Amino acid sequence: MSSEELISAREFCTFHHVELSFIQHLHDAGLVGMTVMDDSFFLPAGELPALEKFIRWHYELAINSEGIEALSHVLQRMEALLDENRVLRNRLRRYERDAPGPAEPAVEL
Amino acid sequence: MDFIDYYKVLGVGKDATDEDIKKAYRKLARKHHPDLNPNDKEANKKFQQINEANEVLSDPEKRKKYDQYGKDWAHAEAFEKAQQSAGGRGRQGGARGFEGFGEGFEGGYGGGFSGDFNSGEGGFSDFFESLFGRSSGRGGGGRGQFRGQDYQAELEISLADAATTHQRVLTVNGKNIRITIPAGVENGQVIRLKGHGGPGTNGGPDGDLYITFSVTEDPRWTREGSDLHRKMPLDLYTAVLGGEVTVDTLTGKVKLKIKPETQNGTQMRLKGKGFPVYKQEGKYGDLYVTLELKLPTGLTEKEQELFRQLAALKH
Repeated sequence: MSSEELISAREFCTFHHVELSFIQHLHDAGLVGMTVMDDSFFLPAGELPALEKFIRWHYELAINSEGIEALSHVLQRMEALLDENRVLRNRLRRYERDAPGPAEPAVEL
Repeated sequence: MDFIDYYKVLGVGKDATDEDIKKAYRKLARKHHPDLNPNDKEANKKFQQINEANEVLSDPEKRKKYDQYGKDWAHAEAFEKAQQSAGGRGRQGGARGFEGFGEGFEGGYGGGFSGDFNSGEGGFSDFFESLFGRSSGRGGGGRGQFRGQDYQAELEISLADAATTHQRVLTVNGKNIRITIPAGVENGQVIRLKGHGGPGTNGGPDGDLYITFSVTEDPRWTREGSDLHRKMPLDLYTAVLGGEVTVDTLTGKVKLKIKPETQNGTQMRLKGKGFPVYKQEGKYGDLYVTLELKLPTGLTEKEQELFRQLAALKH
């Protein structure tokens, strides 16, 4: 059984000066996980880097929750494509290295 | 060190209002922010310029100073000192003196790496530091506590190094960090070192350091995932009659049985003799050996005669 550290969402909001409703919206969109215990919301510690990133987008770049949702999906897709690109580049490197040299000119019979 | 036109960087006029500057900054930051442009050094560089321009133009004191001395930055300090010694004319009211700028700021987007590292963010420009001292300010302008910026770096390792779990000591912002590089790391793979990025703002946690590995090629092997490929010369007689050849692997030499009448280009698989699988201890890929037939050269008269006899037997 694994245990994860939980942080009070209310405390997190006070610390970062953000509204709880903003985090709830991200949670509803499936972008951050949240746990409810005794009518209080808690955030798993592992979610904090992503959440802080979304807060930056929202407050520094003025991107609304819907924009964050769309951007997040596009970035995930982009990261998957970058990974695929890396694997393909490495494979191509092998074929380029093994490629035969320039062909000899053909002689007409 | 050149003069930087911060108005031009943000694409606004000299008479731009605070709101115009905020709008221009946000528009450009949305386009070039490192969060939205992972592994894009150009975008990171551009974001640094935008951030620096915003840092100056969104702060009334810095903007005033920039407007006053910007183009003559090289003489600003001398000019200010001359003003002070002439009876304190010049700056009035709450404005801080020249030396006061940059106080209270450390780290942030600044910093940079030494050794093999290149910060994706970099620090503020020399021009900025000359005019305002070392500073960190974040684009948003003083909102609460925030996690520090993530840094990007590249680390080059050899294929042989990538095959073993080993430790390296890296110097990041003057701090030595001992990192363990797991065996099987791939070219272009990125690992995250938590808390080794830029310092947090107002007591926020530090950012992370992302290291992209560049695994150099090895003339002996080529790698495809966890499989290794290599070419092996094979003499005509062993190819025709069969025999044994010795093959180098990552962990030593092994003997390979060659069947009689083996053709040129035959590929043989040595199970478990490839590259370690990333973060799967004890698991290895395979080694593929492609046999390349080498025909004998410099034949003696006797050898040529024997080949002729062989050829005659076939016809």
